[in-house]
Amino acid sequence: MDVEILSRVQFAFTIAFHYIYPPLSIGLGLILVIMEGLYLRTGKKVYEHMTRFWIKIFALIFGIGVATGIVMEFEFGTNWATYSRYVGDVFGSALAAEGIFAFALESGFLGVLLFGWNRVKPTVHFIATLGVWLGSMFSAIWIVVANSWQQTPAGYHIVGEGMNARAEITDFWAMVFNPSSVDRLLHVWIGAFLAGAFLVMSVHAYYILKNRHVELSEKAFKIALAVAAVFSVLQLATGHQSADGVAENQPPKLAAFEGHYESDGPADLYLFGWVDEENQKVYGPKIPGGLSYLVHWNFEDPIPGLNDFPEDEQPATVNAVFQFYHLMIAMGLFFIGLTLFGVFKWWRGKLFAHRWLLWIFVIAVILPQMANQFGWFAAEMGRQPWVVYGLLRTSDALSVVVTANQVVFSLIMFSVIYLLLFLLFLYLLDKKIKAGPYDEKSDDRRPIQEGMVDMVKSKE
Amino acid sequence: MKEAIYTFSFLGLDYPTLWFLVVGGLFSGYAILDGFDLGAGAWHLFFKKDKNRRIALNAVGPVWDGNEVWLVIGGGALFAGFPILYASMFSAMYIPFMLFLAFLIFRAVSIEFRSKENMKWWRNLWDISYSVSSAMLAILLGVVMGNVLQGIDIGPNYEFTGHWLNFINPYSVMVGITTLALFMMHGAIYLVMKTEGKLYEKLKGLLRNSIIFFVVSYVIVTMYTLIFIPHLSDRFRNSPELFIVPILAFLSIANVPRLATKGKYLQAFIFSALTVSLLLVLVAIELYPVLVISTIDPQYNITIYNAASSQKALGIMLTISAIGGPLVLLYTWFVYRTFWGKVKMDETSY
Ligand code: HDD
Ligand code: HEM
Ligand code: HEM
Repeated sequence: MDVEILSRVQFAFTIAFHYIYPPLSIGLGLILVIMEGLYLRTGKKVYEHMTRFWIKIFALIFGIGVATGIVMEFEFGTNWATYSRYVGDVFGSALAAEGIFAFALESGFLGVLLFGWNRVKPTVHFIATLGVWLGSMFSAIWIVVANSWQQTPAGYHIVGEGMNARAEITDFWAMVFNPSSVDRLLHVWIGAFLAGAFLVMSVHAYYILKNRHVELSEKAFKIALAVAAVFSVLQLATGHQSADGVAENQPPKLAAFEGHYESDGPADLYLFGWVDEENQKVYGPKIPGGLSYLVHWNFEDPIPGLNDFPEDEQPATVNAVFQFYHLMIAMGLFFIGLTLFGVFKWWRGKLFAHRWLLWIFVIAVILPQMANQFGWFAAEMGRQPWVVYGLLRTSDALSVVVTANQVVFSLIMFSVIYLLLFLLFLYLLDKKIKAGPYDEKSDDRRPIQEGMVDMVKSKE
Repeated sequence: MKEAIYTFSFLGLDYPTLWFLVVGGLFSGYAILDGFDLGAGAWHLFFKKDKNRRIALNAVGPVWDGNEVWLVIGGGALFAGFPILYASMFSAMYIPFMLFLAFLIFRAVSIEFRSKENMKWWRNLWDISYSVSSAMLAILLGVVMGNVLQGIDIGPNYEFTGHWLNFINPYSVMVGITTLALFMMHGAIYLVMKTEGKLYEKLKGLLRNSIIFFVVSYVIVTMYTLIFIPHLSDRFRNSPELFIVPILAFLSIANVPRLATKGKYLQAFIFSALTVSLLLVLVAIELYPVLVISTIDPQYNITIYNAASSQKALGIMLTISAIGGPLVLLYTWFVYRTFWGKVKMDETSY
């Protein structure tokens, strides 16, 4: 196999693995802020217990997120040296800003969040929780800005020619607010909130089914359900916004999303389907003219098809892009249905009355994870064959001096390590969940945090 | 590649030089901070009792992640400020960097996983993984540094032309071992400050040994450098006033055992931190304005001018650092203040 395929596989594998954890950190961070905020306002021990329980799980997730994140920062230089020289002037600022503004904030306060419970005042601890959450939100900003610049470059000019060409920044804010960054950032943030909320719902639904920690779980479940319901609906809006941007800025990608080849006549929208790349046909249930409607608000206007673009400027794997994109949307629609149904039941006071509904929530934890992964796969594979859209091809972006053997070595190394990490992660997560927020058999459940004891006393 | 022209300056220094100082400052911050926790990790297997290992682990528990972020920021700063250096070095040193990543991952997860199970084999396994990867990271950092000092086979277009096995050579291994010794000394002082009772007594002994270990390896490396890599001392021969730096470094090293025997550990720690940064200043003086020496032909040297980003980009990033730097120092201060003093175990500890 050649270096290009190997490096792409390695990058996709390492980043996809990394991306299991950041959405959970960001989403759980939000929920921790809510839980601890409620604890501070009410002083109720049930909120203290749930906060402390989720902090323990957060620590595990965050730890692996950190360990796997540094890999990507190195990989730009090790595997994509030509790319790094080409984009460093522009892209580097975003990465450096991420380090300074985001990682330093989150990892600084992390120590206090995890170990400071008995050392600092409750309000200071809350500030640390908030700091960690905001840090993770900021890191999403900069990394998505950097990636969006790759999708829709802005605020740069090209100097030099041929092998020596490189992009230089001309306008920092134009780079930051490139045409796709705001839409995509909102979409990524919300994807992360959904991942966190579904994890919380899954664990607490499980406790309720097993008749453990029921009182605490019902409260925690409702918090997460509220978050999930609001953001599921909003996710449709930000997703649409992104698709609109793709139609404008990356028409071949949009055509690949829908398997749309010919531009004459209206463009259709598929619910799901199969792309026959040979015959340039899609099989599946469709809304005729639906894509035209979404882009132009009428069912007739044509949309550029794949055949309008030179062969070497089209994504090579149309069916895969199509599938990832449609699966993400299908899951998004399912979340809206599921969470609104949950809210309806809550309103009727029957949220915890149906075991089957709780079981669906237990299992659904996997779906936002898949939607997040599939979203990235659609966006990144749809961008091909470009690594910087319209400027630098993926095949030109490699490190010249790295050999296939070296990449095989690192690929095997990462596969083994990550497999091990993943198994350990599942094992320890399972263990923490089984152990639960506290030992129900002992009745010593007073608030443990210093200062809180008095506060609770004065309220009682 | 073109030699860009840098017209802007601040305090008489042009932007690439300023950025060189920023990157140097970041790496020196990294070496001081992660230096003590890597060093503490390297000592880990010397403690036999589970309780002592837990204390040692909790001494670095709340801070190691924040320390490592200096590496992440340093790497980002290198990428942003000197993309050509970043691309050439990282692709040249593919295998060493991949190993470095593997050890980073193992170290991070060992800290996290170790105390999650009570089984003896489980804890031993993660203890070994933690300690070995901490030591290997220190050595690898030194190996990279040794190669940078010696120069590597950089050819046309700033591409590496040699074989990665060349990176393992007597000099780079010596620098690697010296780095390990330095970090172990630094880490031992940190642990002494954080512990009490028997463990504290034991660490005092270990600290004494590590000072000897460091001084011996440092002297050997210095001799070797003077004899076999003369180009590194050219600058000192040409401008003797610069000798102040090695002299300061020497005084600072000598201060460490002096203060340690008096029991003034905080001051000893400050001087070992100072030693770390003075050694880096020494390196910076030896190299500037070259970043990596080409052993093939000086015309292929990677310098701060031919590797730097545009003036515009450097200006933006200097602004970012001016805003972000104080914030980072503020969080760092806050975290260290919160966990100041001897390790106290509670139910949130590892
Ligand atoms: C939407 C958010 C998001 C995305 C798309 C990515 N990351 Fe990430 N990353 C995070 C959100 C995040 C985070 C939530 O901030 C993490 C997870 C746990 C943590 O410590 O921070 C993190 C950790 C993390 C770290 C470790 C920081 C530390 O030591 O604390 C590095 C170096 C990176 N990431 C780098 C990358 C790169 C180079 C990416 C893409 C190419 C990337 N991340 C995608
Ligand atoms: C700043 C951030 C990012 C940069 C610079 C970046 C850059 C790249 C590069 C260089 C490749 C390899 C070449 C290619 O095949 O396109 C790639 C592929 C890929 N990236 Fe991104 N990426 C970023 C963010 C992400 C994130 C966060 C994900 C999340 C999962 C992701 C998912 C993928 C996938 C799935 C591929 C494989 C696509 C393929 O090989 O066809 N990317 N990206
Ligand atoms: C509800 C319907 C949804 C629509 C219409 C939609 C639309 C889109 C579009 C058009 C893109 C590509 C953007 C680009 O290439 O620039 C995208 C990417 C993405 N989607 Fe969705 N999406 C939906 C639901 C979801 C859900 C539920 C999640 C996760 C829980 C999710 C996570 C992502 C992620 C992580 C990306 C990659 C980052 C990006 O390019 O923004 N999406 N989505």
